[in-house]
Amino acid sequence: EKTNDSFFGKLSKALVGKTTIDDDVLDELEDILVSSDVGVETTLKVIKRIEERVARDKYATTAELDRILREEIAELLIQNKSVDFTDSFETQHLPKPYVIMVVGVNGVGKTTTIGKLAHQFNQRGHKVVLGAADTFRAAAVDQLKLWGQRVNVPVIDHGMNTDPSAVAFDALKKAKEVGADVVIIDTAGRLHTKVNLMNELSKIKRVMQKIIPDSPHEVLLVLDGSTGQNAVIQAREFTKVTEITALAVTKLDGTAKGGVVIGISDEFKIPVKYIGVGEKMDDLQVFDRVEFVDSLFKKIG
Amino acid sequence: MFENLQDKLNTAFRTLKGKDRISDINVAATTKEVRKALVDADVNFKIAKEITDRIKETALDRKILISVEPGQMFVKIVQEELTELMGGKAEGINIKGDPAVILIAGLQGSGKTTFSGKLAQHLKKQGRQVLLTACDVYRPAAIDQLKVLGEQIGVEVYAEPENKNAVSIAENAVAYARKSGKKIVIVDTAGRLAVDEVMMNEVADIKSTIQPTEILFVVDSMTGQDAVNTAKTFNERLNFDGVVLTKLDGDARGGAALSIRQVVEKPIKFISTGEKMEALDAFYPDRMASRILGMGDVISLVERA
Ligand SMILES: Nc1nc2c(ncn2[C@@H]2O[C@H](COP(=O)(O)OP(=O)(O)OP(=O)(O)O)[C@@H](O)[C@H]2O)c(=O)[nH]1
Ligand SMILES: Nc1nc2c(ncn2[C@@H]2O[C@H](COP(=O)(O)OP(=O)(O)OP(=O)(O)O)[C@@H](O)[C@H]2O)c(=O)[nH]1
Ligand SMILES: [Mg+2]
Ligand SMILES: [Mg+2]
Repeated sequence: EKTNDSFFGKLSKALVGKTTIDDDVLDELEDILVSSDVGVETTLKVIKRIEERVARDKYATTAELDRILREEIAELLIQNKSVDFTDSFETQHLPKPYVIMVVGVNGVGKTTTIGKLAHQFNQRGHKVVLGAADTFRAAAVDQLKLWGQRVNVPVIDHGMNTDPSAVAFDALKKAKEVGADVVIIDTAGRLHTKVNLMNELSKIKRVMQKIIPDSPHEVLLVLDGSTGQNAVIQAREFTKVTEITALAVTKLDGTAKGGVVIGISDEFKIPVKYIGVGEKMDDLQVFDRVEFVDSLFKKIG
Repeated sequence: MFENLQDKLNTAFRTLKGKDRISDINVAATTKEVRKALVDADVNFKIAKEITDRIKETALDRKILISVEPGQMFVKIVQEELTELMGGKAEGINIKGDPAVILIAGLQGSGKTTFSGKLAQHLKKQGRQVLLTACDVYRPAAIDQLKVLGEQIGVEVYAEPENKNAVSIAENAVAYARKSGKKIVIVDTAGRLAVDEVMMNEVADIKSTIQPTEILFVVDSMTGQDAVNTAKTFNERLNFDGVVLTKLDGDARGGAALSIRQVVEKPIKFISTGEKMEALDAFYPDRMASRILGMGDVISLVERA
C-alpha cells in the first residue's frame, strides 16, 4: 500500500499542470508493469494509451489521474461477456448439463481448480459430475477422486493409462443420466509444443460431441500466475486446437502478479473468469478487473 | 526471435555507417534492444539492466570493428556474456554421507516429485541404493504419485500415510535408510509459496532435523519476473546448493535461469526435459544462453522417446 501511494504520489506530482507525463514517471510505470510480467509490448501499449489520454483529457485531481491510469489498463482486460458474469456459479440459464473442459500445460493447477469449481457449484445446490480424463500423470486419477470426496461430488474414471476420450464420453453420458447441471472434464497437462498431445484435445472434444453436440460449452485454459511471457504462446497454441472460452489464473496468493494475462486477454479476446488464491476448496474467486489492476501496483518488488 | 533481435541490432548500427568502431551512441541503442529481448525472455527487468550495462562496457572495451553484420557480432558478445554469467565449472551433487540426504524443495507444480523420481533413477543406474521419501502430506494423492514413480523405476518409497508431520516422516526415513542399508535418501516435499511462513518454517525444520548433504531448489523454466523473489526467499531459508530447471522440453526461453543465478549465485545442476523418468539432463550454460536469446537449442530440448 505504501509503494502504491508513493507511485501515484510521484506520478501526480510530476503531472501537476502538465499535459504530458515526464519520462521518469513513465519509466517507473514501465518498471511496475514489466515486473508484473505484463511484457514489453503490452507495457509500451499501455504507456502509449496513457500518454494519449493525458494529452487529450484534462484531469483535475490526483484521484482522477489515478483512475485514468487504472482504467486504461483495465480496458485491455476484456469483460466476460457470458450472461453469468455477476455470479459465475449460477446454472439456471445454461445448457444442461453444462460441459466444461479444463486444459493447460503441466502443473498449472487444472485439477485443483476443478475441485474448487465443483465445490462452488455444489454449494449452490447444483449437481456436478467430474471426469478423470488425465489418465497419464502418475496418480492423477486418485488426485481428482480425492477432490471429489472432499467436495462431495462423483468422479467418473476408467483408471490410469486408459483412453481419455472414453472417460469424457462416459462422464457426459453419466451426467445426462443423473440429470447433472455441470460436468467438468480434467485433462492431462500438456505442453503446447507436443503436437500429438494437442491433437488429443480435439479428439476428446469430438467424442464428447457424440453425446452432447454443442459441448464443450466452455473450455477453460488454466494459466499459472507465476508464468512469464510463455503464457502468451500457451494461449495462442491452445486457441489453435480448441476454442478457449475463458481463462483461470492460479497461484495469485503468492508474490507473482500474473500481469501476462493483460496482453493475452487483449490479444485473444478471452476473458479471465476465475483466479486461484490457494490450495483449499474455497480458494477460488471470480475475476475482478479493478481489483486485479490494483494488485499490480501493490508490493512492488 | 533471434533473427528478429539481430535485425533490430543491424538497424541500430546502420545509423552509424562509416564509423569503424562501436561507439557510445549505437551501443546504447543496441543494448536497449537486447534488454527488451532479455525481459521478453523473462529475465528479471532489474537484472536485465545490470547485464546490459555490463555488456555495453565489454562491447566498448573490445572496440569491435563494425562488420557487415554488426548485429550478429553484438549478439555473439551478448551470448558469451550470458554464458559466463551462468557458467562456472559444472558442479555435481554431494552424495557423501551415510546415508547421503538430498532435499527437494520449490513452488507448487514446479516438478519436484517428477524430478525426485528422475534423480532416483539416475543414481540407481550408477549402482547406488536409493530411498525415495514422500514428505508431501498435503496435496491429494501426492504420496501415491511418488509411489507410482518409485514402482516404475524400481526404487523403494518411504511413506507414512497416517502421519501428517512432514518433519518426523523425513527423520524416520533417514533412520530407516540407515537400518536398511540405503546409501542415498531423496526427500520430496510439498510445494510451497515463499510468502507462506508456516510452510517455509516446515521445510526449514526438515532441513535442520535431517541435515541434508544436498538441497535442490526446483523451478519451472516458464517462471516470470517473480522468480527472483522466490529464489531469494528459499535461499535465505534453506541456503540451497543448486537449482533444477524443469519443463525445458517446451519453448519457454527460460530467462528465470539467468535471474536466479544472478540473485542467489548457486549453480544450475540439472535440467528436466519431459514427463518421463529418463528426461533428465546436465546443464549447459552456452545452450541456455542461446535459448534465452532465442537462438534455438535443439540438442537439449528434444525429449527422448
Ligand atoms: N498456492 C496455490 N497453489 C495452487 C493453486 N492452484 C493449484 N495449486 C497447487 O499447484 C500444484 C499443482 O496443481 P494441480 O491442480 O495438480 O495442477 P495440474 O495442472 O492439474 O497439474 P498436471 O495435471 O500435473 O498438469 C498443487 O500443489 C496445487 O495444490 C493456487 O491457486 N494457489
Ligand atoms: N513437459 C514436462 N512436464 C514436466 C516436467 N517435470 C514435471 N512435469 C510435469 O509437471 C507437472 C507437475 O509435476 P510434479 O512433479 O507433480 O510437480 P511438483 O513440484 O511435485 O508439484 P506439487 O507437489 O504439487 O508442488 C506434472 O504433470 C509433471 O508430469 C518436465 O520436465 N517437462
Ligand atoms: Mg492435473
Ligand atoms: Mg509433488
